[in-house]
Amino acid sequence: MLQCLPQVQVTDYYCCCCLIYCCFCCSCCSTPVLPLTSILCSLTSTHYTSIMSLECLIGVKFNNFVLMATDMSHLQSIMVQKSDDDKMLALSKNLVMAVSGEAGDTTQFAEYIAKNIQLYKMRNGYELPPAAAVHFTRHTLATHLRSREPYFVNLLMGGVDPDTNKTELFYMDYLAASIPVKYYAFGYGGMFTLSVMDKEYTPDMNEKEAYELLKKCVAEIKRRFIINLPKFRVRIISKEGIKDMPHIVGEGEAA
Amino acid sequence: MPVIMSGTSYDRAITVFSPDGHLFQVEYAQEAVKKGSTAVGVKGKDVVVLCVEKKSVPKLQEERTVRKICLLDDHVLMAFAGLTADARILVNRARVECQSHKLTVEDPVTLEYITRFIATLKQRYTQSNGRRPFGTSCLIAGFDMDGTPHLYLTDPSGTYTEWMANATGRSAKTVREFLEKHYTDEAVSTEEGAIKLVVRALLEVVQSGAKNVEVAIMKPNEPMKMLDIGSLEKIVAEIEKEKEEEAEKKKQKK
Repeated sequence: MLQCLPQVQVTDYYCCCCLIYCCFCCSCCSTPVLPLTSILCSLTSTHYTSIMSLECLIGVKFNNFVLMATDMSHLQSIMVQKSDDDKMLALSKNLVMAVSGEAGDTTQFAEYIAKNIQLYKMRNGYELPPAAAVHFTRHTLATHLRSREPYFVNLLMGGVDPDTNKTELFYMDYLAASIPVKYYAFGYGGMFTLSVMDKEYTPDMNEKEAYELLKKCVAEIKRRFIINLPKFRVRIISKEGIKDMPHIVGEGEAA
Repeated sequence: MPVIMSGTSYDRAITVFSPDGHLFQVEYAQEAVKKGSTAVGVKGKDVVVLCVEKKSVPKLQEERTVRKICLLDDHVLMAFAGLTADARILVNRARVECQSHKLTVEDPVTLEYITRFIATLKQRYTQSNGRRPFGTSCLIAGFDMDGTPHLYLTDPSGTYTEWMANATGRSAKTVREFLEKHYTDEAVSTEEGAIKLVVRALLEVVQSGAKNVEVAIMKPNEPMKMLDIGSLEKIVAEIEKEKEEEAEKKKQKK
């Protein structure tokens, strides 16, 4: 079943975005389905937002470092606007935030959090540790949730605490639910990669093995996901700081 | 019956001018600045140096809780003379403004912008009811994005001016005269030259000794550096030697 937010009005027979006769079978109505058009429509439609997004954010935490990978396509309806997009923002020397969600909300929210974290550093002379920064972010998101201006953003925040040298990775969704995780992947891409990580992940991998794990995830997305996400940007966060790694290009044939 | 107005009745409310055009509260605030410990600033070719007099702290006090040189942003440094509490408020507001500017415009503040912001804030407090002016004079130094160094001075009235070298606080006049005599572009073209000039200027009015001064240096695209006590002692020793040599030369001429 295609997921849709309950308050969105689903037109029964006439799709307003692609202007063709199509109907969905969803939880609200039970009219028959024209699979291909309705799937394409829901995936590309800007008239309603599904909880799943076409963008993919992957974060994996290991003993000594955190690896974050984001796809590099910026999509608008059926068009790829930009294929070198950077969906990660460095909040401080040891903390990276990967954002996905509503266009505009993502940049606005991410920059607001980043500048507030810098302000904390200026005021107090030291940087907020990752867990504290995550709590601040969650609090901001939760405050806006029940206001006139909620932010529709899904985040992964990964970093290394400079005092304890422990790695941290946090999942945060648009409802301001935040939990520490060992690894997570947002978006439809996540549905394919979480099982790969379930099988292959161990916390004591070194950088090379971790990069191979990410390559396997991207290969799975290339194989099974209908939307083409050809390149992934990879960053590694260790106690030395944030470093770029070579882009991962999905290999292999689509299934 | 004519009411006899004494001069001091015009300092009751800040918004009232005196008959000869003075705002006494602002002038009294400037007096408060003159009571504060001295701060000196020098703009070199590719370095800015701020130096403050370190007041001796009581035996039981933690020395590091007295911070007279503050970082407003990665590229802006501020030292002040006068009421420390007032300065703290200004520094807080300036820090928020620096980040806010970066958020909306995506560029770091220029020195002139942040000085204008602080000066405007100070002026607002000279023109509203029930509030007193800030009793601080701020020396704001740093580098703009294009690498040019700047040094600004603000005073309680809300005016700001740009300087190549200046001092504020106690005995500022003596220090400024020394700087006027000895500031040359050549003298400040190197980092050591600029630091020596600043420390020498401050030592004119402060008891000689590395533990009585605090020096902060900023270079373009580099974080602020506070000189540690070891380097300071070396510089003070060099200055003492130079002073002796000059005194010797004068004696010989006689």
